[in-house]
Amino acid sequence: MKREFHHALVIGASSGIGEALARRLAAADCRVVMVARRRDELERIAAEINDLCGEERAFPLVHDVRDRDEVPRLFEQVPRTLGGLDLVVYASGVLHKVGFEEYDTAKDAHTFEVNLLGAVAWLNAAAARFQRLGGGTIVGIGSIAGDRGRSGSPAYNTSKGALAIYLETLRNRIARRGTKVVTIKPGYVETPMTAGAKMFWEVSADRAAQIILAKARRGVVCAYVPARWRLVSWVIRSIPSFLFRRLKV
Amino acid sequence: MPPATAVSPSSVDTAVAPLPVDRLERVDGWGMAVSAPGYVYRPSTIDGVRDVLELAQRRGLPVTQRGSGRSYGDAALCPEALILELNRMRRILAWDPESGVLDAEAGVSIAEIWRYALGDGWWPAVVPGTMHPTLGGCLAMNVHGKNCWRRGTVGDHCLELDLLLPTGEIRTLSRQRDAELFHGVIGSFGQLGVITRARWQLKKVSSGLLEVRAVPARDLGEMLRIADDAKETSEYVVGWLDAFAGGKRLGRGQLHLARHLEEGEDPAPTQTLKLEAQDLPDTFFGVIPRSVMWRLMKPWNHRPGMRLVNSVKFHLSNTLGKDAVYPQSLAAFSFLLDYVPGWKKTYLPGGLIQHQSFVPAPAAEGVFRRQLELCRQRGMPSFLAVLKRHRPDPFLLSHAVDGFSLALDFPVTGGNRRQLWRLVRDLAEPVIEAGGRFYPAKDAALPPELFRAGFTDGQLERFAELKDRCDPDRVLTSALAERLLG
Repeated sequence: MKREFHHALVIGASSGIGEALARRLAAADCRVVMVARRRDELERIAAEINDLCGEERAFPLVHDVRDRDEVPRLFEQVPRTLGGLDLVVYASGVLHKVGFEEYDTAKDAHTFEVNLLGAVAWLNAAAARFQRLGGGTIVGIGSIAGDRGRSGSPAYNTSKGALAIYLETLRNRIARRGTKVVTIKPGYVETPMTAGAKMFWEVSADRAAQIILAKARRGVVCAYVPARWRLVSWVIRSIPSFLFRRLKV
Repeated sequence: MPPATAVSPSSVDTAVAPLPVDRLERVDGWGMAVSAPGYVYRPSTIDGVRDVLELAQRRGLPVTQRGSGRSYGDAALCPEALILELNRMRRILAWDPESGVLDAEAGVSIAEIWRYALGDGWWPAVVPGTMHPTLGGCLAMNVHGKNCWRRGTVGDHCLELDLLLPTGEIRTLSRQRDAELFHGVIGSFGQLGVITRARWQLKKVSSGLLEVRAVPARDLGEMLRIADDAKETSEYVVGWLDAFAGGKRLGRGQLHLARHLEEGEDPAPTQTLKLEAQDLPDTFFGVIPRSVMWRLMKPWNHRPGMRLVNSVKFHLSNTLGKDAVYPQSLAAFSFLLDYVPGWKKTYLPGGLIQHQSFVPAPAAEGVFRRQLELCRQRGMPSFLAVLKRHRPDPFLLSHAVDGFSLALDFPVTGGNRRQLWRLVRDLAEPVIEAGGRFYPAKDAALPPELFRAGFTDGQLERFAELKDRCDPDRVLTSALAERLLG
């Protein structure tokens, strides 16, 4: 049975897929708390959404996902602000440009903080709530890049791979309470994060959000966005290691 | 356009620990059709209650009181609030077998009270249809029983109560001591303070048995006439209606009229007053365990099934059970809702709601006729309909009138919720036109303007003044209070 979302929390909502998700959710009568670091952007988008909807449906929450200690108290406020909570999406992410011979621990740590530890902080809070109450949907925006240890962006690939394992663990913990945990693995999506990158088969953030929400409503376990990336992933994962290390991907 | 509201970290003190997630529970109305998550606290002392009230005020959170959670709708829940569940405060503090006055903490249940007092020949003057509600809950909702015409409501028998205000102050209230607040608190659905203790007058009985007479009624007019005539001669009067019947048979059903056995009528009163004589039977028909009965009932819980059940019940009452007179234990007669444990689960997955209207006697037949016809026209006849006779009481937000009440149970399904809520609104309109009222303990769907229209003598304004006096920071609330009082 398809789920309807009435109260959603989107972390990483000031641009890209997160912004597109917030816009689509609000347009479908859902109240949304939008979390992001950049106040001006966030408040501008929330005001735009509220203008379009003709009522207050978007609630901006300025927060840096690296401030993990803030999360439990902020999360507690979200259902109170919305009047409930049935969907949590973690869409925050960074992709640093890393040279082929560059090993920058600071950049890598930042990647892990935003892509993984921030997700763990917010989704732990969500999982604890849904485990107590039953129901609810958690969506984590991973990446096809997390399927294999490609040479290009070690920390990014690792963070997305770890996020996928973490989401699987959450799913195995709380599925019996009726909670759906959905892992999303986008291919190339036109977002500020991918600006300037060589891409093919790219889709707009809005189209990606449309697919993600359809998958979330169905409560699928894992979805590639768009679906054809599943085939690409299968091919990449099938390449033997001794060949893979020779490829410049 | 409304400005976007920032949920900013600056408005949240992140240094304060979050509420413990293991307090978080989905809190249901008894009918299971409405629920909300809340942080449930179960104090066992007054200091524990104070701690919860203080915590709420420090955090700026609302508190909703809950006893046994037996209100059908949203009276004992509130989204994201602190839920103050009081049924661990259940000590009986004093009992006088000479006067029949019981002094108890508010969380003691009606079951615990009657089981405590019956051996001395006392029985609660008023009991609801189930023995599980708490005394505090009964006072907060001012519940009634099958003898409401004769004995009024639970509040009519309360001699004194302690009210803990959100400030931490305790007030002892009675008809002589701050009578205005006493009459305001009873029936205020927990909006003025926390009832922590009450003194309650029980009534003397000389037998554990009632003499029950079952009388069929061919239509609504006859049902109301019999109930009205019987109110002076029978302690208990309750009518069951087949809400599926229409036309000339609209409102047909059966009344049960009961009276306590007088002294000398029961040949073995010491036996019938024993708890063993009151225990509800373990089995139906001697073979079906009570605990599985709801599973056998569940396959019938749909419109055609309930039409058949109601029809068969009427025809049996009109033939085999016609004018039957039989003895029945006090508990068996009083607590019909406890006969089948878990019967509400027959309404799963959607649960049920109940709507109970109170209509002045002269207008009752017309209003109830309209209601029953409307239910049939909309294709949502009540699965269980119950009629009672009432009298007014002195409490500020009283639901009672000099007239009759009709309680209608409806199943809630995935597809009928919107229509059902609209039906409740439409059922309520003729009640207001006739000067009637509604019963918050049963309600889940009433629109606020119709609830408020039942109070035409400034009761709501006086109640608002009491609220300002007792709870100026609006700490105490509930989904019901938010919905009906705003």
